[in-house]
Amino acid sequence: MCGIVGLLVKKPELRKSLGELMVPMLIGMSDRGSDSAGLAIFTGLLDESHRKYSLYSGDKEFNWSELLYEFQSHFEGDTEIDSQGNHAIVISNADPNSVKQWLKHHYPHLYLLSTGRAIDLYKDTGTPQQVSDRYHFKSLKGSHLVGHTRMATESAVTAAHAHPFTAGEDFCLVHNGSLSNPHEIRRKLEPRGIQFETDNDTEAACRFLEWRMREGDDLENALQRGFEELDGFYTFLMGTVDKLALVRDSFACKPAIVAETDDYVAIASEFRSLAHLPDINHAQLYEPAPEELYVWTV
Amino acid sequence: MDSVIFDLSQTSLREVNQFLHHGANGNPIKIINPDGAHNIAVGLHSPITVEIAGHVGYYAAGMNQLANVTIDGNAGTGVAENMMSGRVHVKGFASVSAGASAQGGLLVIDGNASLRCGISLKGGDIVVGGSVGSFSAFMAQAGRIVICGDAGDAIGDSLYEAVIYIRGTAKSLGADAQFEPMSDSDYQTVGELLAKAGFSHDSKDFKRIASAKRLYHWNADANQDY
Repeated sequence: MCGIVGLLVKKPELRKSLGELMVPMLIGMSDRGSDSAGLAIFTGLLDESHRKYSLYSGDKEFNWSELLYEFQSHFEGDTEIDSQGNHAIVISNADPNSVKQWLKHHYPHLYLLSTGRAIDLYKDTGTPQQVSDRYHFKSLKGSHLVGHTRMATESAVTAAHAHPFTAGEDFCLVHNGSLSNPHEIRRKLEPRGIQFETDNDTEAACRFLEWRMREGDDLENALQRGFEELDGFYTFLMGTVDKLALVRDSFACKPAIVAETDDYVAIASEFRSLAHLPDINHAQLYEPAPEELYVWTV
Repeated sequence: MDSVIFDLSQTSLREVNQFLHHGANGNPIKIINPDGAHNIAVGLHSPITVEIAGHVGYYAAGMNQLANVTIDGNAGTGVAENMMSGRVHVKGFASVSAGASAQGGLLVIDGNASLRCGISLKGGDIVVGGSVGSFSAFMAQAGRIVICGDAGDAIGDSLYEAVIYIRGTAKSLGADAQFEPMSDSDYQTVGELLAKAGFSHDSKDFKRIASAKRLYHWNADANQDY
């Protein structure tokens, strides 16, 4: 079992409250997933030459200023780092592939959580409350986000196995359910040079969809291929630079509910996570239908 | 009579359910701020009246006997599942598996019901004001389901003796389900159930779906066709 939440604010003045609105949603899904939690939040877009890298260190005492020093010695241009505890966001205008290679080579124990112009990603083991507190989710600002509470059923409980999963740039996916053919998907993708970081089933879905979009599919076509090729139970919630997207498998075994007002679109596995949102009594509430694609744009 | 009011944001669900099981003395009971909690008013076994003001989570009013439970909101998975008797009324929409395995009583859903409504129904009655999702009435053994709107795929798959009445259209019939002519007693049944549920549709607009009973006996010549 797992819990998913998503929130997109329609008014720019609400972006400063995104984290604060979301935390009770995430904590509301604690019963559905208490071993790990994670969040991808989409902030203002960097210019085309810059990228953000969310980094996770297993070592709580990691020396981020040393990493910044080494980074600046290696890459020219401007670099910023925003670190708290074992998590940091590096912003740089260096070539993304070179940055990834450099990180892998010099800091093999660091986990690159996400890359993009808008996405910041946090995920870790612990209850949703603990993870929210650890990374100060309440203070996060942005236009939309995707969150997850995990109760592992098919692979280990580690930060790397927690959701959201990312692939490529500014794309993330969370999953409630289980896939029955993740290995088949991997065997299809790996010969194409697509590398996996974990043995988690959701990572297979995430990399499959990102691969389809890199091959030219739009999100809708990629998901149509997903319906044909991904076997199992799922409610998927995806985030891109300016969109949230939701799909459920044809049996709709895994729950989802949407609340929409003039101010926001909120998505959760269950209503309990929406009950405390402002003006929820006047929200339009509905259950997304199976095998239908729901997309909300910022 | 004065209502006894419980505020679920102040009182624990266990305390409320224990009162409903052992403390209720006939006064109507109102539960406020349910906020989607699971298992509200489950296992009631006396003829009490309970109103829940808001949306409920999973299994609300499950295993109900005799009680009259109204949910003034939407219901999550498995509302009134395994109901034995009494009445459960959802004024909003119901999620999957509404009325699953209900053995008696009446479940009324004013809005739509999601997939698998009335799955394995064993004698209860369900009236849905809106439409039902796919695989509704799957393996339903006894009881009646009245659908005022449409049905999704595979309605009535592997039906036993339960009967479905539908006003709109079914996207597809399940294995062994078939449309049958309405008899006078069918019109009367639909009229009575609509009246009990508070809907004013004309029973003449409903069609009957029941089991063709081809699955009742093993047919070696069917070549695993079903």
